[in-house]
Amino acid sequence: MANGNKKFMYVNRRAPYGTIYALEGLEVVLIGAAFDQDVSMAFVDDGVYQLKKGQDTGATGMKNFSPAYRALGDYDVTKLYVEKESLDQRGLTADDLLDLTYEDEDDDYAEKPSVRIVSGEELAGILDEQDVIFNF
Amino acid sequence: MLHTINKSPFERNSLDTCLRLAKPGSDLLFVEDGVYAVTVGTAVQDNVKKATEEHVLYALGPDLAARGITEDQVIDGVNIVDYGDFVDLAAKNDRVQAWL
Repeated sequence: MANGNKKFMYVNRRAPYGTIYALEGLEVVLIGAAFDQDVSMAFVDDGVYQLKKGQDTGATGMKNFSPAYRALGDYDVTKLYVEKESLDQRGLTADDLLDLTYEDEDDDYAEKPSVRIVSGEELAGILDEQDVIFNF
Repeated sequence: MLHTINKSPFERNSLDTCLRLAKPGSDLLFVEDGVYAVTVGTAVQDNVKKATEEHVLYALGPDLAARGITEDQVIDGVNIVDYGDFVDLAAKNDRVQAWL
């Protein structure tokens, strides 16, 4: 635990528009990020649909909040773990996901990808390292 | 009868139950999170393809677009419709069965 910060993980398991979970979860992450903790997010089950690129809600009258995920990097939320098994079950690959990046201040502000596709086994290990886990 | 499915096939069993209980020749309309069922390459793709042989399948275009699903990511044989078509389908059928 660097600097005595706690490790916070937000686990997202819902698709973006059918329920309010995804939007509420994202808002909590952005609020929580202000408290300077070690924050990461996991996208599992239908949660992987939150990161699908090309979302256009114009004809539905709903707010398209997918561009807000681009702000995560600026809030130092730079670890977005996406479970590979969940992608596979849904016929999705890395190419279907938003190109989310962050600037690494420890590496001359080089732009790096935030999305990390991990196996369920790897994700289990990451979850096990957390101090606090929030579920949406 | 018009059957509507508005839940993801990965979260609820609405799709399975609808396919089990819909009479051949029914109209099946996928809306909201239900549209994930008609995308290519998923674990339920074979069930949906089989359903296109027995029923007439529709998916609501605005709900596909909201979720970033392009036309080429929709299973062949599924008709993409708009809100006006939704109304026509509801009016054309005697009853609407909503699999929530």
